[in-house]
Amino acid sequence: MDFRDTPEEAAFRAELRAWLASNLPSDWVDRAPHVGRFDVDEARAWSKRLYDAGYVGLTWPKEYGGGGAPHTHQGIYLEETARIGAPDHIGGIGLGMAGPTIIAWGSEEQKKRYLAPLLSGEEVWCQGFSEPGSGSDLAGARTRAELDGDEWVVNGQKVWSSWAHIADWCILVVRSDPDAEKHRGLSFLLVDMHSPGVELRPLKQITGDPEFNEIFFTDVRVPRESMLGQPGEGWNVAMTTLLHERGTLGFALTAALERQINNLIRLARLPGVDGHVPAEDPVVRDEIAQAWIDLQALRFTNYRSLTTLAKTGVPGPEGSVAKLHWSETNQRVTKLALSLQGLASQLDGDGAIWDGFWQYQQLRSRGNTIEAGTSEILRNIIAERVVGLPRSR
Amino acid sequence: MDFAFSEEQELLRASARGYLAGRWPLTRVVETADGSPSFDAGPWKELADLGWLDSSLGMLEHAVLAEETGFGLLPAPWFSSIALAGPVLDDELRESVGAGERAVTLARDGEVTASGDALSGTKRFVSDLATVTDVVVSVDDCLYAVDLVAHPDVVVPLSTTDRTRRLGELRLDGTPARRLDVDPARLTDARRHSLALAACESVGIAQRALDLAAEHTKTRQQFGRVIGTYQGVSHKVADIYVALQLNRSLAYWAAWAVSEGDEQQDTAVAAAKASATDAAVFACESAIQVHGGIGFTWEHVLHRFYKRAQWLQSFAGVSRKHRARVADAILAS
Repeated sequence: MDFRDTPEEAAFRAELRAWLASNLPSDWVDRAPHVGRFDVDEARAWSKRLYDAGYVGLTWPKEYGGGGAPHTHQGIYLEETARIGAPDHIGGIGLGMAGPTIIAWGSEEQKKRYLAPLLSGEEVWCQGFSEPGSGSDLAGARTRAELDGDEWVVNGQKVWSSWAHIADWCILVVRSDPDAEKHRGLSFLLVDMHSPGVELRPLKQITGDPEFNEIFFTDVRVPRESMLGQPGEGWNVAMTTLLHERGTLGFALTAALERQINNLIRLARLPGVDGHVPAEDPVVRDEIAQAWIDLQALRFTNYRSLTTLAKTGVPGPEGSVAKLHWSETNQRVTKLALSLQGLASQLDGDGAIWDGFWQYQQLRSRGNTIEAGTSEILRNIIAERVVGLPRSR
Repeated sequence: MDFAFSEEQELLRASARGYLAGRWPLTRVVETADGSPSFDAGPWKELADLGWLDSSLGMLEHAVLAEETGFGLLPAPWFSSIALAGPVLDDELRESVGAGERAVTLARDGEVTASGDALSGTKRFVSDLATVTDVVVSVDDCLYAVDLVAHPDVVVPLSTTDRTRRLGELRLDGTPARRLDVDPARLTDARRHSLALAACESVGIAQRALDLAAEHTKTRQQFGRVIGTYQGVSHKVADIYVALQLNRSLAYWAAWAVSEGDEQQDTAVAAAKASATDAAVFACESAIQVHGGIGFTWEHVLHRFYKRAQWLQSFAGVSRKHRARVADAILAS
C-alpha cells in the first residue's frame, strides 16, 4: 500500500502543473468561482489547447489520438485541474460515454473517424437514451429505426439530453425490431445531429438554464453502417456506455467535489452581513469538516477501485458507491453554502455573492441524484448485484 | 499509487478470519463476555502463537488484525495491549506481551502522582483493566507500569455496556510501580495508533453488520416474499454497504498515513476515527432495524456488535471532537 506518486507519476504531475500554470488564462485562478453556466467558445478553445498538449483521452489508445497512459494519469489530471480550478473539456458526454463505447464496439473505420475530433473538441457528442416514457427503464425505449435500403429511418423523441444544443453527434438507442423481446429489439446508432429531421427543444431546468434538451427525430436518415454492434445488440452496447458513466467517473466526481469544497471554505471565510465570519462558528466548522471527510472517503474509495482495475482489468465493486455518495454530498455542500448567506442566499443576480454561483450550484445539485441513474436505481444495483439480495421486481 | 494490502497481509487476514471463526464462534464470544472478567492465559497464548502480539508487526498488519478482531468481536485484550498500549511498552513488557505471558492496557484519564516508585491516585475509564496483567500509567511526563497480578486490589471493574471490552477504574494508593524508560512522546504515537485502529476495528464491525443484515434479508419471508425484495428493506442494506466501503477507504488511509508518518496523519486519523465509528454504529442500527423484533432481543448477537461500535465511538473523543480537529486543519489559513 502506497498512496504516493511513483517517480513516473510525480514527473507527469509536475509537467502538468507547469503546463497549467503557463496556459491557463492569467486571471483564472483568482477569478470568483464561475456561475456554472457554460461558455461554449471558451470551452472549445480550452479543449483544443488541452488536446494539442496531449492531455485529453490520456488513457485512450494512441492510434486514435489518445495518450495510451495508465489510469493513474487520468486521476492525476483530474486532481490537478480541480486544484487549480481549470475549466472542463467541452466534450463531457463524448469523453465519458460515447468515446469509450466506440472504443469497445466500433469498427476500425469508426474509431478512426470519430475519436480524434471528439478528443480535440471539434465535434461534440450528446446522448439519446431517455424518452418521455422510459427514463430509468431504458429497455422500454420506443424511438423507431426502420431499414430502408442502405439507411435507417429514425422516428421518435428523446429527452434529458445534455448539451444536445451544441452537439454534432448523438449516441442513440433505438428500437429496430418491434417484434423482438424488450431488450433484444434495441440497436445503437451514431447520428449526425445536423441531419434533416432532427429538431431540438431546450428543456429549461429548475436553474432556469437549458442544459438539457428534448430531441425530436422525424424521418431522419442514418447510414446503415453508422451503428455500434449488430442490430439487436443495442442493449449490450448501451450497458458499456453506462458502465463507463458509472465506473470511471469517480475521479471526475472527486475533482468536482474538491473544487466545490474549496469554494465553500473560501465562502466561509468571508464575513456575513452581520459581520460574523461563518468559518469561526463551531457548528459550521463541524459541517465543513464532515463534508471534507466525505470528500476524502470518495477520493480513497476511487483509489481502491482504481487499484483493483489496475490489477484485474475490472473496477472494484466499491466503485459503485461513488456516484451515489458524491451526489448526496454535493447536495449537502451546496445547501450549506447557501445557508451561510442567510437571506442574501435568495438573490440570484445583481448583488448576489459571486453572481449567484451557489444559487445555481444548489439548484443544479438536485439533478445529481436523478441524472445518470437515480439514487434509487443505484441502491437497487448495489443491493442486488453487489450485496446479492434477490431482485426487487 | 497502490491501494492494496500485500500478499502476506492478505494471508494474515485469511488466517485471522479462519482462526476467529474456528476458535471463537459467537457462542463462545457471548459466553466469555457474560462471564466474570479475568486475564485468560490460554487464548492469549494462542494469539501469541499466531504472531498477533509480535512486536515486529507493522501498522498495516495491525490494521488487518483490528478489522478482523472487530468482525469476530474477539473478547480478548488485543486492542488494549497492541493498539492502545503497544507504542508505550518498554522492551521487557514488549517481549512478555509478544510471548503471550502478559497483557497490558494504558491508563491516561485521571490524576496520579508518583512518590519515588510508588503511585497514588485514580485513573478512570481504563479499557480491559480487569482482563490484563499490567497497566501502563501516565504520570505527568513519565510512564510507569503496575503489575496487576501482584496488586489485584487496585482494579475496580465497572459494569460496562460492551461486555467484550469492559472499563475499569485504577485506584492506586502508594502502589509499587516500575518506571519505564520510554520517551513520553510515544503517548502521541499511541494516540494516533489507537485512533487509526479504532477506525479499522469499526470497519470489521460494519462488515459483520452488513453480512448479518444480508443473510437475514435474503432468507426471512413476509407476505409470501423474501424481505430483501422490498426496497424499503434492501435500500437500508445498500446504505450499510455504501457506508462500509467509504469508511474502509478512510480507515486504510489513516493506517497507511500513520505507518508512513505522513504529514497528514493527524488529520487522517481524526477523520477516519470520527467517520468510521459513526458508520459502524449506523451499520448496526440499520442491521437491527432490518432484523425486526429478533434484532431487538438479547438473544441475538447484533446488540453485542452494536455495543462495541458505541464503545469505539465514545473512545478517545466523540466524533464531533475529531471533526473539530479536522476543521482546525483545513480551515487554518
